Amino acid sequence: MDDLYRDYILEHYRRPHNFGPLEDASVTREGANPLCGDRITLQLGVVDGVVQTVGFTGRGCAISQASASLLTDEIKGKPLADVQSFGADDLLELLGIQISPARLKCAMLSHDTLRGALALLAESGPEADKDPAGAAT
Amino acid sequence: MTMTSESGTDAPGSAADPRIRDGRLVAEVIRADFPILGTTAHGLPLVYLDSAATSQKPLAVIEALDGYYRGYNANVHRGIYDISERATSAYEGARARIAAFINAPESCELINVRNATEAINLVAWSWGRANIGEGDVIVLTELEHHANLVPWQLLAAEKGARLEFIPITDEGYLRQEVYAELLKLKPKLVAFTHVSNTLGTINPVAEMTAQAHAAGALVLVDGAQAVPHLPVNVQALGVDFYVFSGHKMLGPTGSGGLWARRELLEAMPPFMAGGDMIRTVTLRASTWNELPWKFEAGTPDISATIGLGAAVDYLTGLGMARVRAHEQELVAYALETIEEKVPGISLYGPRDAARRGGVVPFNLPEAHPHDVAQLLDRVGVCVRAGHHCTMPLHERLNLPATARASFSVYSTRQDVDALVDGLRDVQRIFRS
Ligand SMILES: Cc1ncc(COP(=O)(O)O)c(C=O)c1O
Repeated sequence: MDDLYRDYILEHYRRPHNFGPLEDASVTREGANPLCGDRITLQLGVVDGVVQTVGFTGRGCAISQASASLLTDEIKGKPLADVQSFGADDLLELLGIQISPARLKCAMLSHDTLRGALALLAESGPEADKDPAGAAT
Repeated sequence: MTMTSESGTDAPGSAADPRIRDGRLVAEVIRADFPILGTTAHGLPLVYLDSAATSQKPLAVIEALDGYYRGYNANVHRGIYDISERATSAYEGARARIAAFINAPESCELINVRNATEAINLVAWSWGRANIGEGDVIVLTELEHHANLVPWQLLAAEKGARLEFIPITDEGYLRQEVYAELLKLKPKLVAFTHVSNTLGTINPVAEMTAQAHAAGALVLVDGAQAVPHLPVNVQALGVDFYVFSGHKMLGPTGSGGLWARRELLEAMPPFMAGGDMIRTVTLRASTWNELPWKFEAGTPDISATIGLGAAVDYLTGLGMARVRAHEQELVAYALETIEEKVPGISLYGPRDAARRGGVVPFNLPEAHPHDVAQLLDRVGVCVRAGHHCTMPLHERLNLPATARASFSVYSTRQDVDALVDGLRDVQRIFRS
């Protein structure tokens, strides 16, 4: 019926991948769109420069939650350098639907939160990604 | 003031007026006065259910704007020539009719502003900075639109004043017993909304004002959701300040009003300064123009004010008591029909349509309000989704967001039925 609500988007919304808190995350970052009430908490477990584990929790519209589900699938198992270069356009491509300007914030919430998490990780220094606890799943 | 009866509400509609039948509005006929309601969205008839955000405009208002710009566009209060005099008399004539519409005792007490937000800021800056001091109490409510919240936060922070809030019941009524307690704090000001833009609650303005006055407080009422929808008589309400937005009452954007009692306005310092608001200016000092122009610095929104005059004439022609009856009947129909036909839906706000404006907030269990609004758009149905500029109220209700349908004079049962069909489609999509 609607481009935005393709089956796979709804499927990711109903049964999001990587949903749930991580036991021992290297970094935890919260993101929110106060205007619409979308929020997610994104956690990464980084070991030896690789995102070994990733999890998110949150609530919000189908677009924001499906986008987080797709994004976490995409970055899991990737070296940090690859995750760093994962851009907004890449996420839009992954979503594969036409996003109107009014909904761009919803679609981008997971990406903005990821950028925030990576910045936190960089601030806390290289030891963060060596923390063996990050490997726990 | 020609079109307005003494109460500022109910001019007798002419017997031949097809928009009124058996004393009731015929929205199906009224719709023809609103050109946009004949358009389509995504190939389907437009079902506009966001009148609380802004109303649609009747042809009479559009033509008033057009007539000014084509026929007598000139600045006001300045020119000696014909079209400037016509512009001035249209602008001031509109003020008089807008003032009469809310039954203001004098039209010089009606300050033309851009919207309700500007009116509240005007009071907070001018009256507030002159009258609120350290430790003073201002009483607000949990229902307030950000426009009646943030200006007082700024004032309180600057002056060291204290804000107190009347809480609501789960249904959205103000808890009057707590209000009575708060009045014991001897507040300087009580500011609250006449009708909630999110829940529709109609507050008992006259009673609350009498109580505030007995406690020595002044009262500001946010009438943004009241003036478009029910008879408002500021003298009967007894309030001190009353504000509203023209664009929500069939008028143009950029029009709105602040009404206040004359002695308050006379004692208040100017808000903005510049041309039009002065009597004499020397390099180092000036004296102020008289009311209302003291508060209208610079060239006003002339066309919008003239347009609001036309909107007020239009509403007066329908009769505000009839407008209220129409919307009350529609909100009762909506609550009943939606609840019956949309399984699992949550509806918020007062269940008693007699105490509720034409505002229907809701949530579907299976979909976020943004998704609901987006899917409704695909079938031509316009609703608002989000927090409707009432974040603290959503916090109080423990809701991240809501979707909201809202009505005006042109809203019909068919609009509600289209909403119901759309909501059932949304459920089908999200459940499959
Ligand atoms: C109750 C209430 N107060 C104030 C406002 C602010 O109106 P405006 O944006 O026209 O200044 C609104 C508009 O949404 C409202 O509903």
